[in-house]
Amino acid sequence: MKKSNNNVQADLTRSMTIDNQLGMHARAAARIVRLAEKAKGQVFIEKDGISVDAGSVLDILTLNCPMGCTVTVRAAMAEDKDVVESIERLIKNKFGEPE
Amino acid sequence: MLHEASKNIILKGIGGSPGIAIGKAYFVEKGKVDIVDKYRIRPGRVESEVKRFRNAVTESKQELARIMEGLPEEYRENTYILDAQLMLLADKKIYESTIARIEKEQINSEWALQKSVDDVREVFSKISAPYIKERINDIVHVSERILRNLTGQEEDDISAINKRVILVAHDLSPADATQIQLEKVMGFITDLGGRTSHTAIIARSLEIPAVLGLEDATRRIHTGDILIIDGTKGMVIVDPDEETVTRCHSEKERFEAYEAMVARSSHLPAETLDGHHIRVMANIEMAQEVVSAIDHGGDGIGLYRTEYLYLNKKGLPTEEELFESYREVAEIMKGRPVTIRTLDIGADKIGSDLKWSREVNPALGLRAIRFCMKETGIFKTQLAAILRAAVYGDVRLMIPMISGMAEIIAARRILTDVCESLDKEGVVFKKDIKVGIMVEVPSAVVLADVLAEEVDFFSIGTNDLIQYSIAIDRGNEHVADMYQPLHPAILRMIKSVAEAARAAGIKVSICGEMACSPFHVPILLPMGIDELSMNPISIPEIKRMIRAISLEDCRSFLEEVMKKRTVREILNIVEEEFGEKIQNMASYEPGLK
Repeated sequence: MKKSNNNVQADLTRSMTIDNQLGMHARAAARIVRLAEKAKGQVFIEKDGISVDAGSVLDILTLNCPMGCTVTVRAAMAEDKDVVESIERLIKNKFGEPE
Repeated sequence: MLHEASKNIILKGIGGSPGIAIGKAYFVEKGKVDIVDKYRIRPGRVESEVKRFRNAVTESKQELARIMEGLPEEYRENTYILDAQLMLLADKKIYESTIARIEKEQINSEWALQKSVDDVREVFSKISAPYIKERINDIVHVSERILRNLTGQEEDDISAINKRVILVAHDLSPADATQIQLEKVMGFITDLGGRTSHTAIIARSLEIPAVLGLEDATRRIHTGDILIIDGTKGMVIVDPDEETVTRCHSEKERFEAYEAMVARSSHLPAETLDGHHIRVMANIEMAQEVVSAIDHGGDGIGLYRTEYLYLNKKGLPTEEELFESYREVAEIMKGRPVTIRTLDIGADKIGSDLKWSREVNPALGLRAIRFCMKETGIFKTQLAAILRAAVYGDVRLMIPMISGMAEIIAARRILTDVCESLDKEGVVFKKDIKVGIMVEVPSAVVLADVLAEEVDFFSIGTNDLIQYSIAIDRGNEHVADMYQPLHPAILRMIKSVAEAARAAGIKVSICGEMACSPFHVPILLPMGIDELSMNPISIPEIKRMIRAISLEDCRSFLEEVMKKRTVREILNIVEEEFGEKIQNMASYEPGLK
């Protein structure tokens, strides 16, 4: 894993599209929450300028992210870079769902 | 909680469902029949209240975990639903926000939880994506689980006479009323509604006391008030003194003893003193009520209302779902008649299909057979389910709201189509099912002789017939008292329908509320009514009345009745002739012969 400390901002904010067919549904949201819970500070998910707590399934669901939309994962503390990356991997892997 | 001097306020309403209940009032808003205790807690108790909530959540988590462990291997993949619920239990929006509310607002856990859930529901209701909307159900399930575990540890409430409550509402829709959880509700009272409103019908089927049409009960009663409701007399006493409570308690016992007594003789046949047998049948709304129909001595199901499955779900029920519930009823009735009425619903009530705009006057609008003729797909699905279920018992098909011959012909044509396509599919079904109609529209009364040629039986739906004939809305408390089954015009109509049926050699029954008053029995029997169908709890009393009279005597009595010009005059002679008999019946057991 490549580490670059000169651009902290970029490392703590990752944008990606939701590619799985069902969008960010409850089970998917639950998996995000499990990862976000490992963070030391707060982790947020943003869509269309609205930012919600990645530690709440309900909050994530209210963001309403169907397939094809773009979300941004953001952490408040630099130590939580791993958490942001693991959430990114999860979303890019389509939450491990079969097609 | 100590009360100042008791007020003993008496409110008069309409008796919607018999029985007496004594308990605490619980105020509900329309469309919100969720029952949660609400009270403030002292600052010193906040910590223990939070602990109580945490414990309930922990217990709920353990329960869910146990359920997941107990699932057989092949269902394991479905655990994600429970998994999601487990996550919701711990979710900040529910867990932390409830604790914050307990601390900040100093309210009890149940109340705080309900507020948190309402907040989430509010946000979710604005999201259109169906898969997200569906999660509301999970949230509700989870909160119910927590609530259950909270009440398990509930502290004793000193002022509670009974833990169950009496619902106080401005109005309850049929959907609200079917949501009532019997273990929490011992009766209900409403501002609106009359004896024959759906709310009353449902209260009677649930066998809990109800007083309706109280006009301003919701303004005069508050959650936590002690109430006595008497659904037989149509009376509510707010904040009764000790003496009144004692008196009503013994009256309650007397009523229950009487009910038990009546039920014991319910299995005797309904045969008049001079040997004429009348079939006494049950009206049911849900498949589960069949048990009550049999327990109360019903000879069959005279009216199986089928709207329930359409009201309680998002989207329409499938043919399979309908078939299963009809078959269940047919099987339990073991060859006794089961009369299934096709959908008697207004376009405004069904699903989320907004194609049909809201109607100004739904009672005269697109409902029942008219609706089914416009939405033939819905109608065909139901007909197919009924025809298939008919293989499992003596199932009859009954069409509501028939106003003339054209509708019968059109309905029969659709029935033939359904038979043909079932035939093609190779599905097992009953081809020669008996088809009858509800006679409830005045034009059908006028045409009864013609219509009788085309159908296998008549069932007179007196509730609607009275409403349409006297031109009154039975749900309107200002005219509810004009709803008079013994109106001379109504009696003439029933008599002419019965004569037309007899001339054509078909059976005629009455399936309206009119059938369940013992005072009406000596009038209806000599008219030539073959069957009376009613809410199951009325069956034993009506059977007893039938056993107490002679058809021959009633024939001459009917002649007198038909000469009377007003309801008052008719009531007087019924009272004179049969009042004592009915009074005696109500207080003594005549003994099992």
